[in-house]
Amino acid sequence: MIDMRAPVTDLPILLQDVGYRVRDVAILDGVSLCLTEGAPTVLIGPNGAGKTTLLRVGMGLIRPTAGQVTFGGRSDVPPSRRAIVFQRPVMLRRSVAANIEYALSTAGFARGEWPARVAELLDVVGLADFGHRPARRLSGGEQQRLALARALARDPEVLFLDEPTASLDPAATKAIEDVVRAVAVRGIKVVMSTHDLGGARRLAGDIVLMHRGRVLENGPATAFFAGPRTEEARRFIAGELLV
Amino acid sequence: MTGDFTALQLVLTADPALVAIVTLSLAVSLTAVVVATVAGLPLGAAVALLRFPGREAVIVALNALMGLPPVVAGLAVYLLLSRSGPLGSWGLLFTPQAMVIAQAVLVTPIIAALARQTIEDLWVEYRDELAALNVSAPRRVATLIWDARFSLVTTLLAGFGRAAAEVGAIIIVGGNIEGFTRTMTTAIALETSKGDLPLAMGLGMVLIAIVVIVNALAWGVRRAGERFAG
Repeated sequence: MIDMRAPVTDLPILLQDVGYRVRDVAILDGVSLCLTEGAPTVLIGPNGAGKTTLLRVGMGLIRPTAGQVTFGGRSDVPPSRRAIVFQRPVMLRRSVAANIEYALSTAGFARGEWPARVAELLDVVGLADFGHRPARRLSGGEQQRLALARALARDPEVLFLDEPTASLDPAATKAIEDVVRAVAVRGIKVVMSTHDLGGARRLAGDIVLMHRGRVLENGPATAFFAGPRTEEARRFIAGELLV
Repeated sequence: MTGDFTALQLVLTADPALVAIVTLSLAVSLTAVVVATVAGLPLGAAVALLRFPGREAVIVALNALMGLPPVVAGLAVYLLLSRSGPLGSWGLLFTPQAMVIAQAVLVTPIIAALARQTIEDLWVEYRDELAALNVSAPRRVATLIWDARFSLVTTLLAGFGRAAAEVGAIIIVGGNIEGFTRTMTTAIALETSKGDLPLAMGLGMVLIAIVVIVNALAWGVRRAGERFAG
């Protein structure tokens, strides 16, 4: 029998007038955004702009205190088709391979599939020879790549990356950006935050500029960099400090 | 010097009386640690991961009970197991089982308090990642215990060290009966008071050796953890 149902998808992720307050402080304030299939969406903005909180809301890790978030038209969808890499990823106290196996097991992959999947993912992130090493002994850049592999092990439809290249050297940054490009080419929607305007130019299909919990600009990256509409965006692109 | 030589001789020739005392001591302390682990590990994990009214008071109580004086623990168990006590009908007073109960009472708070701290620290570190991986609540507990396994083994060894070196509680509830409830620590206390120093010194040597081995094991486990799990 042919299954005529449409495949369940988390996209688009729609944020409608989303707010998130901690006591009296507005971390997010009236954010409306639609994340759809396609090239990476890159969130930029100064520290405290709300980028990390927005990623966590999009991932479904925290509930907004105002507004609504829907995933493919549904609310309260568990993050089985979404994955996130935190700015400081946590390495489980196991080997590199066992970190990925853990993600595979939580995503419901049969044990027989693990070896091939682990080998494939380690190859994608350039850690093919690191499988038996303790994950916590890896360098910062290697840990980021392992965190990426672990996130990809869940076969996500959407991948959130929170400043994945922060405090990495150029070589490690390039390695991460190469993986992000490869992931995007495979059809996974990447939503990442960064302070690095160069990285945003290299990777972004769309740019979301945030400041003080609000979205100031949102649109194609080429248009944003060629002709920013707001004064804040012009200053941010020029390298001035937004406070 | 003659006493030293005789003590060494008792150890090296595996004197039957000495071996019997050592065997009973290890059996009592190991059983007590197993009982304390079964009770203390889930208790520590629950306090680490659950939020409930009075949680802070429970943490303070567990930490305070780590320093529970053995004679007080022994007295409490004595009152429970004495003929007129609530569990007097069980007839356990002055048996090895009573000594196991007393040592378990002493060791359970140690294991629960140290496990609580270990698991809570790891939970703070892992919380977001496990939520992002959509891990179920039972699996989270299992993950935390597994990833904290090297620290938890060290905790268990600390509990065993406390049990093996303890004398106040078991002398109250065990009675130090020769061939039945006499352990290394109670025998050392008795033989020293009698002036029979060779046996006391021989037992002392074995006890110190056990404590050293336990600490070496704790060190080795931690090193292995760092090496294999990071």
